[in-house]
Amino acid sequence: MATDNKDVDSLLRGEYRHGFVTDIESDTVPPGLDEDVIRLISRKKQEPVFMLEWRLKAYRHWLTMKEPRWAHVKHPPIDFQDISYYSAPKSKKDGPKSLADVDPKLLETYEKLGVPLHERAALAGVAVDAVFDSVSVATTFREKLAEAGVIFCSFSEAVQKHPALVEQYLGSVVPYSDNFYATLNSAVFSDGSFVYVPKGVRSPMELSTYFRINASKTGQFERTLIVADEGAYVSYLEGCTAPMRDENQLHAAVVELVALKDAQIKYSTVQNWYPGDAEGKGGIYNFVTKRGECRGERSRISWTQVETGSAITWKYPSCVLKGDGSVGEFYSVAVANHYQQADTGTKMLHIGKGTRSTIVSKGISAGHGQNSYRGLVKIAAGAEDARNHTQCDSLLMGDQCGAHTFPYMEAKNPTAQVEHEATTSKISDDQLFYCRSRGISAEDAVNMIVNGFCKDVFKELPMEFAVEAQRLLAVTLEGAVG
Amino acid sequence: MLEIKNLHARVDGKDILKGLSLEVKAGEVCAIMGPNGSGKSTLAHILAGREGYEVTSGSVSFEGKDLLALAPEERAREGVFLAFQYPVEVPGVNNVYLLKAAFNAIRKQRGEEELDAMDFLALVKAKMQFMEMDPAFLNRAVNEGFSGGEKKRNEILQMLVLEPKLALLDETDSGLDIDALKVVAKGVNKLRDPKRAIVMVTHYQRLLDHVVPDKVHVLAGGRVVKSGGKELALELEKRGYDWLKDAAA
Repeated sequence: MATDNKDVDSLLRGEYRHGFVTDIESDTVPPGLDEDVIRLISRKKQEPVFMLEWRLKAYRHWLTMKEPRWAHVKHPPIDFQDISYYSAPKSKKDGPKSLADVDPKLLETYEKLGVPLHERAALAGVAVDAVFDSVSVATTFREKLAEAGVIFCSFSEAVQKHPALVEQYLGSVVPYSDNFYATLNSAVFSDGSFVYVPKGVRSPMELSTYFRINASKTGQFERTLIVADEGAYVSYLEGCTAPMRDENQLHAAVVELVALKDAQIKYSTVQNWYPGDAEGKGGIYNFVTKRGECRGERSRISWTQVETGSAITWKYPSCVLKGDGSVGEFYSVAVANHYQQADTGTKMLHIGKGTRSTIVSKGISAGHGQNSYRGLVKIAAGAEDARNHTQCDSLLMGDQCGAHTFPYMEAKNPTAQVEHEATTSKISDDQLFYCRSRGISAEDAVNMIVNGFCKDVFKELPMEFAVEAQRLLAVTLEGAVG
Repeated sequence: MLEIKNLHARVDGKDILKGLSLEVKAGEVCAIMGPNGSGKSTLAHILAGREGYEVTSGSVSFEGKDLLALAPEERAREGVFLAFQYPVEVPGVNNVYLLKAAFNAIRKQRGEEELDAMDFLALVKAKMQFMEMDPAFLNRAVNEGFSGGEKKRNEILQMLVLEPKLALLDETDSGLDIDALKVVAKGVNKLRDPKRAIVMVTHYQRLLDHVVPDKVHVLAGGRVVKSGGKELALELEKRGYDWLKDAAA
């Protein structure tokens, strides 16, 4: 277990995350991107040749690509040569020197969410050594997983210790050439998580970000790969409810899931990136590619997400249903308040016979927020008896926000059953008055209605996450209805 | 308990209440009757604190407090309850959830401890049985897909659970068949108490056959034009309102 403990240590000491790299002269390379920078990243991370080759292929492809413009979001152009592509946790150096320098609104939010004091500074990106009392918890956690044969480690570590697994599965769901941001990520990704659950193993616990702060320090180009071998089960929880401030405005993460025969992966996200201040300044642009492949028969992948943060969210967790009888699910709550823009949804690609998918999307718009649902359900010619049910609901609070729905459907097999239901509702003055006349305050009434609206998604979240998510929504939408 | 003095109020620039005065004592059950447009529902809404009504002059005191200065939820916590003429649907929110939140908000105000889920459920189920309601109803969304009769029954159930000091019933009898009317009346009668006042806004005698009022006030032209005992309602039933409209002019 000695090695395991060392891993935990290096994980917990966020600053020293890249500590195994000994030949670094400086922690940060100058802004700009070319092949030399990619070679440097790969060398500093002591990667095997296949990784470097893969990064370079991605980079060369990226040069031929154009930034997508189809999403229903607006932002100033991003200068990709103005970003530094390798740096040890950058936010700690460039961040505020103490909590006194942090947006007071952010601190207020921590207070309301009940974030422990010692975690607040780290979340806000203050340059202090965060103190964690969870070392022992984390160690026990790692030991228990190792006993079951579950591999759960950082991506860098996986590349070192399990190169064969990485080489086999990396890019097998999201190829390096997939889309502009995913391709950029493939070329320059810094770190992320790797999970492998062997045949017939049920992960003995939820893989939550127990090290929730440290795990988030993986920077702007994060990459996650989760493989559930035949008959395996794993539930993975990403993110945390406390808003995270980060100097890196652009985040382009990639998540790949692979479910083999009879395997099941449940991936839950509660993401609350700093959305910017009330005018929308300083928020994170979150451009994420998440895709799971149900590769084997009767495999199952569920995405559940609660998105309340980011200035801009561009994200479509998808399922490729290859195995016969495989099942894809997508449950989402997306909130756009103030000047936030969210363009999110899913893709369900039915390829195998008897494949089923369920989409439940709940969009909440408040303030000047713009919320778009974009979903694609595609039934391939060979997908006999495929079924999809899509439920897409929008809730509007106030009259300056917007909700948009872009459902796309392509059915190439006549036996397909595809259903789409959509509703748009508004929290009305009548509803508020009704609740208030029963003694319930306007804020509580709004929370009650919003929670009711999101119920179908919250019940898919692991229990403690669901409770946090409810509290998060309450804080996010505070004051949204006068 | 409730003292309304010379109340003037308008909606969308139109004067509706024009110097309404009314006193309701603890233990009293009174009916407020009157023709369409006389201001009955406006009065009920103003007392509950609905927005959109402009009180231009006059005062309303409830147990010595200035009722108009309080937010709707504060009034509810002080013990004012309005049974809506058109109860509002709140999709996604369970009946039992709304009731429990309301119940505990009011208990908190009274300095009492919040009731836990089990005790609360027992309490509600007993009241539901009294109101002849199916327990499955508790887990349905508030008023969503309810028939007119179910909605009214639900209002009375809420009232029985929340035990207000002042219960205002806005046209609770409208849209009810005779069986539902009897159940609703049973609920209202159950609430009769020397410490409680019940004000029924109604158009017809129907409800008053089952809930016999101590007093009847007739509204016309935004004022109380006649007050009397329960016989007054019967007289109105026979003669209509026209003979009183002249008094208002």
